[in-house]
Amino acid sequence: MSPLLSIEDLTVHFKIRRGLSRKSVDVVHAVDDVSLQIEAGETLALVGESGSGKTTIARAILGLNKPTAGRIVFEGRDLAALKRRERRAAMREAQVVFQDPYSSLSPRLTVRDVIAEPLRAQTKLSGAELNDRVLELLEMVGLGTQHLWRRPHEFSGGQCQRIAVARALALEPKLIVLDEPTSALDVSVQARILVLLKELQRKLGFAYLFIAHDLAVVEAVADTVAVLYLGQIVESGPTELVLRDPRHPYTRALLASVPSPDPELRSELGIIKGEVPSAVRPPSGCRFHPRCPFVMDICPKEQPELRETSGGRRLACHLADDFAFPPIVRPEGDEGAASREPQQRSSGEGGRPEADEPPPYGRSMKEALFGSRRKARLVPGSMADRSERDT
Amino acid sequence: MADLLEIRDLRLQFNSLRGTVKALDGVNLTVREHEIIGLVGESGCGKTITGLSVLGLLPRPQAEYTGGEILFRGDDFLVKSEAEMEEIRGGLVSMVFQDPLASLNPVFRVGEQIARVVRLHRGLGKKEAREAAVAALERVGLPGSETILGSYPHQLSGGMRQRACMAMALSCDSPLLIADEPTTALDVTIQAQILRLLLDLRERLGIAQILITHNVGVAAQACDRVAVMYAGSVVEQGRTAEVLKASRHPYTTALYECLPQDKKAEELTTIPGSVPDLIDPPSGCRFHPRCAHAMEVCKDVKPEPTPLSDEHWAACHWVAQQEGVA
Amino acid sequence: MSGATRTDAAGVLGEWRLRHASGLSEARHNLRVFLRDKLAVLGIAWVLFMLVLAIGAPVIAPYPEQGRGKSNLSERFEAPSSKHWFGTDNLGRDVLSRVIFGARIPLLISALVAGSVLIIGPILGGLAGYYGGLLDETIMRITDIFLAFPALILAMAFVAILGPSLQNLALAIVITWWPWYTRLVRGQAVSLRQRPYVEAAKTMGVRNGTIVTRHILPNAFGPVIVAITLDLGTVILEVAGLSFLGLGVKPPTPEWGLMVSEGVEYVLEAWWISIFPGIAIFLLVLAFNVIGDGLRDVLDPRMKR
Repeated sequence: MSPLLSIEDLTVHFKIRRGLSRKSVDVVHAVDDVSLQIEAGETLALVGESGSGKTTIARAILGLNKPTAGRIVFEGRDLAALKRRERRAAMREAQVVFQDPYSSLSPRLTVRDVIAEPLRAQTKLSGAELNDRVLELLEMVGLGTQHLWRRPHEFSGGQCQRIAVARALALEPKLIVLDEPTSALDVSVQARILVLLKELQRKLGFAYLFIAHDLAVVEAVADTVAVLYLGQIVESGPTELVLRDPRHPYTRALLASVPSPDPELRSELGIIKGEVPSAVRPPSGCRFHPRCPFVMDICPKEQPELRETSGGRRLACHLADDFAFPPIVRPEGDEGAASREPQQRSSGEGGRPEADEPPPYGRSMKEALFGSRRKARLVPGSMADRSERDT
Repeated sequence: MADLLEIRDLRLQFNSLRGTVKALDGVNLTVREHEIIGLVGESGCGKTITGLSVLGLLPRPQAEYTGGEILFRGDDFLVKSEAEMEEIRGGLVSMVFQDPLASLNPVFRVGEQIARVVRLHRGLGKKEAREAAVAALERVGLPGSETILGSYPHQLSGGMRQRACMAMALSCDSPLLIADEPTTALDVTIQAQILRLLLDLRERLGIAQILITHNVGVAAQACDRVAVMYAGSVVEQGRTAEVLKASRHPYTTALYECLPQDKKAEELTTIPGSVPDLIDPPSGCRFHPRCAHAMEVCKDVKPEPTPLSDEHWAACHWVAQQEGVA
Repeated sequence: MSGATRTDAAGVLGEWRLRHASGLSEARHNLRVFLRDKLAVLGIAWVLFMLVLAIGAPVIAPYPEQGRGKSNLSERFEAPSSKHWFGTDNLGRDVLSRVIFGARIPLLISALVAGSVLIIGPILGGLAGYYGGLLDETIMRITDIFLAFPALILAMAFVAILGPSLQNLALAIVITWWPWYTRLVRGQAVSLRQRPYVEAAKTMGVRNGTIVTRHILPNAFGPVIVAITLDLGTVILEVAGLSFLGLGVKPPTPEWGLMVSEGVEYVLEAWWISIFPGIAIFLLVLAFNVIGDGLRDVLDPRMKR
């Protein structure tokens, strides 16, 4: 069965014109040779930080950015090869929900007009029929008649997002692109939106392209995940596999950096040094090599290919498939928090209790506990971290 | 450990076109020397306003404090004059905000901005101020190099900008730093670096911090103690592990349950209802309309803090009942 | 189940009010904010007063023919008195009546200029800003050319070429004003076209033309309205200035600038001939300025929730 959406070797470069002569001097390598597939009805998450290209990929799919190279094949048809008319019709099938609920809805329009817009643009519905359809969509997202004539600024963030979802559903698309749909929302509201999205997917069977930076959310909603760094996929595969047993140093660093809400599990903060480099002059070879704790001689020279390994995973790294990453199990027990109690300070202005304790690497090896229902998260770099702290 | 800052029963309201917003309804918060306390809550709960109140950054008379005290080492900030508060800001207490780009003046170089703060508070000459700026930058993990001192804010990355803001805030060795969502606008790996920096600052320099955040993970990993706010008051406070893992207040428990960690979408829970309108808030305990354990008294009387252990308390009638105190 | 099927009259009205409830409450809110600015309210009152005077001039002015220009040589240079509140001018005409009739031209031209600019500006600016590319470049370069000339000189040149008359005056002023508004709207359009709701509309397949009319233009109007109200003061000054120089309407048409010019040589002996029209100009310009300020407060996003 051919996939719903297939992206092949997608490359998107932006030119920045500098100088008086306006000759294009710099090229932003936003996306380079990305290949992905989404099956009908499944959820693929794109994960990455700024500069990773995840938003650019989404916009290319939606037709908001033009690809520099590569193909986007939707339902078997190459989008670039379609004529304008056909493309407009094809675009019905892919809709979008943006991150900021307020700016994604025109402030001057009423809710009815917001949701009716796609219907007016692509169907012949009007009058009472249009209103009925709008109401139907509103009810699908848990809103009602009383909301029809209000304006977006009168609603809460969560409600606005639901309106945006209702609008996205209007044309019965096969794919909905969600660009960080819950990042701007409170935790309790976020949960509600995610539940709604999942239910709608179950009922109506569309696929989601879910862009997120919150790995916990990704784990909750996505079937497959692709991790992006500086415009390229570094690792992808089934969510459980990639997030529970990550094999790319960047994925591991990402997981390590996410602060866990469980104070008894210690996230190794500050594990990855430096900033994401500029996309104008990406590092040679493997783009992650300047920040990678496991960098080898070959890494700056040759870019690793994205190859299939076991379990449906794809990995782009020169390390061997069975490379033994140093495990760090976050220690159980309270002494992590207790060690930071002010009472244990020796002098008035903050001593260094950590100097008296074994560094996290050693401590975790001693106290590896699997007492909680949480599985171990394996992360690298403790060596680098420890040497940093021993000043 | 001595109390560095104690906020007692702080009440604040301000007038808006639609009515009086009762923004703070009796906030109780203590910050000890050299500790990091997290102020956690969802949007609209008043955590930022509390932070701004400490520094007197809310415009009066629109912001009307109707009760309470803000005691810094015993000294009430609420009754101080503007001139006195100016001395205190950046001196005894500093603050960093969410958006570092908005906190830095785009037309001045970073080095100049830091040096200016130092000159203002310590009256140093140009050369010494520059040296102090270099020292400030190094304190936050940025090399005090010409490159950074001479850069304009937009030339630095997000993480570096936030560090520069912190350097500015700490340039006069404030014993207390209030950080209002310092990492929300940053990438997650940079966020981790900044949190590590905050912890470092506490360890190396003993700077106490109020870390305002809506991200429970940030609070869990970077804070010694946590105070949870809802609709204008602190509902639970205590050591991080106690408040998050052994939470007693129904809101804290529900909030923690909403987190998507290790859950499939189907397993996600939500809190019924929505955040109240602070112009016409619910009577008594403001959480009662959404609370699974609401009792009659919750509608009428605002609950007082019930002590649960030496550090841990929760302001809830149901908890009080369980403790046999009510 | 949709409410659109009720047909009785009360139902229709109720329906309309329901649909527009949000817009109505926003309008009420805006009105309230505007009314808080006492100065702006005074400004509106003054402009309305001027309008009443202008429209009702034949009835209100004590000496309508003199107002229109008929000489009254027997009563030249009379100082202000109970018979002629503002005195008479060098041809014996009642200055008060002349001032009242003189309100017509500034108000008329303001309306013409505002109307034209509010059409040309958004259309050209909106299209230029939204579509970008060659269209944008072309329009911008044309506005550059116009903007390179000092406004008053350009207007003078036009009137000099076309000959002084009311229509030409209005035309000349429109020609000097349109570039500003085009640029203003174009700037708004450029920033608005990147808004998520515009991009969402594109992905939905909404046609570009509809996007411009439904999303770009309505949201661009705010600053334009404020700008126009503030600028109307300047328009009136331009009209007065051109007339003062003899490039506007011709005597004996009553027009404040012209009146000031006619009275200038007598200003030491018969100050009332120039001063009263001068004050009238001043007050009307001031009124438009404070209205503009008041409007700016209304549109200030801080006022929203």
